[in-house]
Amino acid sequence: MQKLGEFKLPHFFNYPPYFTLQPVRDTREKQVQLWKDLILDYCRTQKVFVIGLEEEFPLFSNPIIGRSLTHEAREAFLSALVADGRAEWMDKGHRKCLILWHRIQEWAEILVQFARDNGLEDGVVTMEEIRFGTESQGTELQGIDQTILNRALKILEQKGKLVVFKGTSTDDEGVKFSL
Amino acid sequence: MSGNFLPPVQLTASGRPVLQRNEIECFYLSSVDLISEDEPTTIPFPNLKSGLLILTSHRLLWISDSSSSEITGAFAVPLAAISHIFSHKKSIKSMFASPRIRFQLSLTPDGRVSGHGLRSVVATIVLRGKGDCDAFLTKFWENWRARAWEDDGPAPGSSSGSGFSSNSGSAPASSGIYSSDGTVRMVGVAGILRKEQEMWESTDKSLQDAFQDLNALMSKAKEMVMLAEKMRQKLLSGSTSQTNASNDEEMGTKEEMQDWLLSVGIISPVTKESAGAMYHQQLSRQLADFVKVPLERAGGIVNLIDIYCLFNRARGTELISPDDLLQACSLWEKFDVPVVLRKFDSGVMVIQNKSHSDEEVFTKIKVLVMKPDTLRAGISASDAARTLGVAPAMAKEHLLSAESKGLLCRDISADGFRFYINLFTEIDRDDLHLVKDHGIYATWVRANHAPQ
Repeated sequence: MQKLGEFKLPHFFNYPPYFTLQPVRDTREKQVQLWKDLILDYCRTQKVFVIGLEEEFPLFSNPIIGRSLTHEAREAFLSALVADGRAEWMDKGHRKCLILWHRIQEWAEILVQFARDNGLEDGVVTMEEIRFGTESQGTELQGIDQTILNRALKILEQKGKLVVFKGTSTDDEGVKFSL
Repeated sequence: MSGNFLPPVQLTASGRPVLQRNEIECFYLSSVDLISEDEPTTIPFPNLKSGLLILTSHRLLWISDSSSSEITGAFAVPLAAISHIFSHKKSIKSMFASPRIRFQLSLTPDGRVSGHGLRSVVATIVLRGKGDCDAFLTKFWENWRARAWEDDGPAPGSSSGSGFSSNSGSAPASSGIYSSDGTVRMVGVAGILRKEQEMWESTDKSLQDAFQDLNALMSKAKEMVMLAEKMRQKLLSGSTSQTNASNDEEMGTKEEMQDWLLSVGIISPVTKESAGAMYHQQLSRQLADFVKVPLERAGGIVNLIDIYCLFNRARGTELISPDDLLQACSLWEKFDVPVVLRKFDSGVMVIQNKSHSDEEVFTKIKVLVMKPDTLRAGISASDAARTLGVAPAMAKEHLLSAESKGLLCRDISADGFRFYINLFTEIDRDDLHLVKDHGIYATWVRANHAPQ
C-alpha cells in the first residue's frame, strides 16, 4: 500500500487516467467525486487547511507513475469542493483554497462541545489556548486554522453564545463563553 | 473566233501572264490540251493544244508554247464560270491514255463564257506532259471552292463577258512584280517597303475583323448567360411553388433541364430538393463501386479525404470537387449500396462498410486493453491500429468512440495520448480502498503489482 506520509493511498492513485481531466460526462463526474473525497480525507487526517494551487501539494502528483494534475484539473476539482460548500476560495485569482472538511457550522458545534467538555460554559480562554492548549490536544481543534476559527466564533457570537475580545496583541485575543 | 469565246490573257514581254489584283498562281502543268469533247458544231470551243496550264486563285490560264504553231496567245477560263468539276474516274482505259480532267462551263446565249449563263459546255484538260494529276485536281477543287474572286469586290467585267484585256484606270495595282499595265513594278528597297506596308495594313484589317468576331461572340455569350439565368430562376421558382411533385412529366423535364444546365457548366440549384441530378447519381454509383477495393485494403474504414485523393487520381481527368464527393456520398442513402458516409464526434468523416459493426470493434478493443501489458501501460492509436488492421487515424476515432461510450479513459502526458480500460465505474465511492475480489479492478491491481 502506498503512503503519502502517514496517509494511506488508494489503489486508483496509480491509475494514470486519474490524473487526466476526463471529457466524457459520466466518467468526469465519477473522477471529480473521487478527487473530492480523497482531498477531504487527506486534509482531515493531515490537518491541511489551505491548498495553494501553484504550490506543491503532494496529493496532486504521483512520481511513481510520473503523472501530476494540470492547473486546470486542480482548479476543477477544488471548484467542485467549493460548490459543495466544502471549500472556499481565499482570493479572486483562485490561487489559494481554504479546505473545510468540517463546515463552519460544524466547527462552531465542535467549539461548543469543547467548552462543555472543559467546563468553560462561562469561562474565558485565549485563541492560543483553543488552538494549541493542553485541552485541545488530541481533539480536532488542535492546530485549527485561524481564519476558520474566527469564522466559527463569529457565528457563535452572533448567536450570543460567546463574546470575542481583543487583547493588546493577537496573542491575547480571547473568548468568553456564555452557553 | 476563239477570241470571243475564252477571254484572252495579257502577257508580258517575256511571256509571263499579267495577273489580276490578289490573283495568286498555284499550279503549273506543261503540255496540256484544253479542248471540249462536246459536239464541235454547236459550241465553238477553241482547240488549245499543248500549252502551259497555270491554275491561279481566280482563273485557269492556258498559254501556248512558242513551238506549237496552231494557236498562239493565252486564254483564261475564269473559275467563276465553272459550274462543276467532274471527279477523276480511274479506269483501265485511263491507265494507258493521258489523264483528263473535265469541268462544266456556263455560257451566255451568244457563246461567251460567263458565270451566269444558261447554256453549258464540258471542257477537258488533257495532261500530256509529266504532272501530278491528282494534286492538280485537288488544288483545282480548292481554288474553285475558295471563290477568291468574290473577295475582290466588283471585279472588272467578269459577269458581262467582256475581256480582261484592259483594266479600267481605277483598278489598283496587282500584287507581284508586274503592275496592271504590264510594267515592272519597283522592286528593291521601295518594293520591300511597300510590301511591308501592305502586310501591316492587311494584318491590321484582319485583327479588326477578328475583334469584330470577338465582340459578336461576347454579345452572344452574354445572351446565353442571360438565358441560362432565366432557366435557373424558372427551375427555382417551379420547385418552391409546387412542393407536391405529383406531375411526373414535369419532374422529368425538370431533370432534363438540370442535366442540360449541368452539362453547360451551371450548377443546378434544385439538387437538394429534387431527387438529384443525373450527374450526381451516376457519380454516386461510380464512387460506390470504386470504394470497394480501398475499403478492403484499409480494413473496412477509410478517411474521406483519402478517398477523395484516390478517386480523383483514378479518374485522371474530369476531377471532381470536394462538394461533388460529399453530394455523391449523401446520395448513397437513396440507393442500395453497401457503403455509408459516417461523421465522428471529432468531425472526421469516413466511408465504411454497412456491415461494419461498432460493437465488434469495441469487443476487440476491450480484449486488447485487458491484456496485462495494456493494463499497465495503456494503448496508443498506433497500437490499436495494428490490432484492428486499420489506419492509425481511424483507430484513434474508434478509441474515441469507445471512450465516449464509457469503455475507455484517456491518459495525456509526456508519454503521449493513451487509453486505458475505464476503472472509474469499478471504484466504490463509499469505500475508496475497497477492491472486490473479482472484476476488472482486481485484475488491474494484480497486473500493476506483478513484478515486471
